[in-house]
Amino acid sequence: MFMESSEEALVLAAADGDRAAFVALAARVYDRLFALAFRLTGARAEAEDLTQDVLVALPRKLAGFRAEARFSTWLYRVAVNAAHDRRRRDVTRARANAGWGEVEVARRAEAAEDRTRQDWLAGAMAALPEELRDTVALLTDGEMTQAEAAEVLGVSPGTVAWRISEVKKRLADLARQEETL
Amino acid sequence: MTDPFDDLTKALKSATPAPDTAARDAHLRAADAAFEKNLAPHQEPAPQARPISDRAGWTARTRDGVRTMLTTLTSRGGLAASTALVAVGIVFLTPVGDRLPLPGRAPAPVEPMPIMAEPAVPPAPIMEEMDSEAGDRFRAAPTTLAEEAPLGRTAPVALGSAPQAGLQSADGAVQAIPLPAPIPEPVVRPEADTEAFANAEVNPVKVTAETPVSTFSVDVDTASYAVVRSSLIGGQLPPKDAVRVEEMINYFPYAYPAPDGDMPFTANVSVFETPWNADTRLMRVALQGELPAIADRPALNLVFLIDTSGSMQAPNKLELLKQSLRLMLPELRPDDQIAMVTYAGSAGVALEPTPASDRTAILGALDGLTAGGSTAGQAGLEAAYRLAEDMHDEGEVGRILLATDGDFNVGLSDVDALKDYIADKRDSGTYLSVLGFGRGNLDDATMQALAQNGNGQAAYIDSLSEARKALVDQLTGALFPIAEDVKIQVEFNPAAVAEYRLIGYETRALKREDFNNDRVDAGEIGAGHAVTALYEVTPVGSPAILNDPLRYAATNTDDVSDEEMALLRLRWKAPGADDSTLFEQPVANAVGTPDSEAQFAAAIAGFGQLLRGSDYLGDWGWGDAAALASAARGEDSFGYRAEAVTLIRLAESLAAQ
Repeated sequence: MFMESSEEALVLAAADGDRAAFVALAARVYDRLFALAFRLTGARAEAEDLTQDVLVALPRKLAGFRAEARFSTWLYRVAVNAAHDRRRRDVTRARANAGWGEVEVARRAEAAEDRTRQDWLAGAMAALPEELRDTVALLTDGEMTQAEAAEVLGVSPGTVAWRISEVKKRLADLARQEETL
Repeated sequence: MTDPFDDLTKALKSATPAPDTAARDAHLRAADAAFEKNLAPHQEPAPQARPISDRAGWTARTRDGVRTMLTTLTSRGGLAASTALVAVGIVFLTPVGDRLPLPGRAPAPVEPMPIMAEPAVPPAPIMEEMDSEAGDRFRAAPTTLAEEAPLGRTAPVALGSAPQAGLQSADGAVQAIPLPAPIPEPVVRPEADTEAFANAEVNPVKVTAETPVSTFSVDVDTASYAVVRSSLIGGQLPPKDAVRVEEMINYFPYAYPAPDGDMPFTANVSVFETPWNADTRLMRVALQGELPAIADRPALNLVFLIDTSGSMQAPNKLELLKQSLRLMLPELRPDDQIAMVTYAGSAGVALEPTPASDRTAILGALDGLTAGGSTAGQAGLEAAYRLAEDMHDEGEVGRILLATDGDFNVGLSDVDALKDYIADKRDSGTYLSVLGFGRGNLDDATMQALAQNGNGQAAYIDSLSEARKALVDQLTGALFPIAEDVKIQVEFNPAAVAEYRLIGYETRALKREDFNNDRVDAGEIGAGHAVTALYEVTPVGSPAILNDPLRYAATNTDDVSDEEMALLRLRWKAPGADDSTLFEQPVANAVGTPDSEAQFAAAIAGFGQLLRGSDYLGDWGWGDAAALASAARGEDSFGYRAEAVTLIRLAESLAAQ
């Protein structure tokens, strides 16, 4: 029955206590949320944990959603904040951080070409500071404008534009380093 | 060649795996269970205008209540009373004074690290934030608290209370999880990476025989000091490039003699022994602007250009700005006019030009400001200049006050065009000052550039007391230029001075020939402003000379008298004038005893150089700077100098890590 409803309608119903609407909403956003979580963390296990964190916190947070932001923007902001919280906790627990933080990223790709690509990706992401990685993660799908990414990250659009150019600069630096090696 | 950013996102996209179905089902079940537990019996809706809210604990509510009170109170007395309430509610277990943030373990200024570990008490608790939004609120706490005493403030209390409050407010939305010691050093994640600071290489020692002339523009900005303070209070040494020594020196009021002649300011030069080197001298150039009688001041047209982008939605940004403006309002006169332009997404006029006497309309417009959306700076700026021009009448002073927390969204490539635009408008008689709010996103470099080009002041506002300093105390100074394009040139006498260096003013250096070129822009001095510049000079024959004499250059100075140490030249223009006036004053080659003003300026110069990592200070260190500053506190009726002493001590403990 919820197939046709807009996300915003589901959110309002869920915030009003409609459990079925909430389940439908969670199912609908799950894949996008997981994809973002993976891009933010760089490892499947971490991504799954993060996704669960966000989903479990979602009922409590829904009351704070205001319809003036797009729901997906709001949700991504919740996810990015949760990712920051996890990183902070990881630091405090001195836990080994599997993910972009380490170059050892799961390399399941079969083809050699794919593997090179994966290695390059892991190296490149690991070389970026976290805030640049977050920006890349948000802009990966191409669905989000820079302005929306800025809203999610809580920075100005100019900062996002600056970060993109900074990513380019660092990638170019990386490429130069590899050439000289 | 392909775009590396696209390559990266494409690779990232194809590397993203599909979710595991079993995990997916488990997560959705967990979410369902959480929903049943949390929301099924309809809970109180969150009243807050923030995307996420799980407020808890009485402190959050108390503080909000106080904030509501603050927005309804307007008088200074009312503000003081209500902020005193904040202090009672929140400042507790603060052993007033030097118990500053725990070095190295204190929260980072931008993203408070959730660790608060008293090293002496293992096992330490870890305060774990469940929600970054809660972090935002705590970040706000220092602001709300630093209002502690907008009138008779005692700096150490304001300083000490901020971090403690962060800890305390943690008890609401934050869980304490016991964890076995040892605690790993938290890695401070610098979101501060997006901050950009303007600075240049430290001025080198110059050999008088080779380059006898030093030329620079005055600088009355103070933003650097506030950034330094905010970093130190946050438990970190400031980035070296954030330290502009002259702005730190000029942050403080000095008791210089007021002008009485035709000149709009006095120039005083004194020479005394350098605190960090007994074999050199400090030459202090002190300019003091006249303070015109308040009654004769021209009418003011103020246009507030307010960044209301989403990131301004924080108590230490938009709310602080509103409170600052409330503080300023009673200082304005009925014939002054105020207008407000907001920019976020699209630019809009929030308040049409309104006489300052119409407090109801102004306060109403202030309360109506809410943050949201993205930033469209240029459109806002154009609207503000249009309004300022509409408001202008003969003999009135027009100024735009840009309040923002981040970079101006005009694209980085447009900054130069923006500067030109502002410079152009400056020539038409409207000035621009920039007020920076918040940290983490602050584009200090752009701020400084805009204010410099707009003949204005750049101030960084992190607390209500700072707002009072920038807006209220110095209302007259910041807003009424009495001299424009003020340039200082010093020619040293090679017979008396072997070497010299200018301390600070790196970003204000001018070419020697620019001094006489009236087309070259320089800083302005406002009513009542003081400008201090320090040179470290090495007398001829001193053992402190760093450079050996040249063998082949003709450096015969036997015919030159060494009675004069230097010649000071000043050039300035009366406001609106095209031609400059020249002033010259020789400096006698004699060493005097420094007064407390000179000693304090020297202490701050030393402090700034320590923060920048200068090579010129020898063994002289933080302790010496603190002792010198403390001894030279003087009257210090607002506690600015006492606060500086505390900051030096704090920097000492942070540097010792």
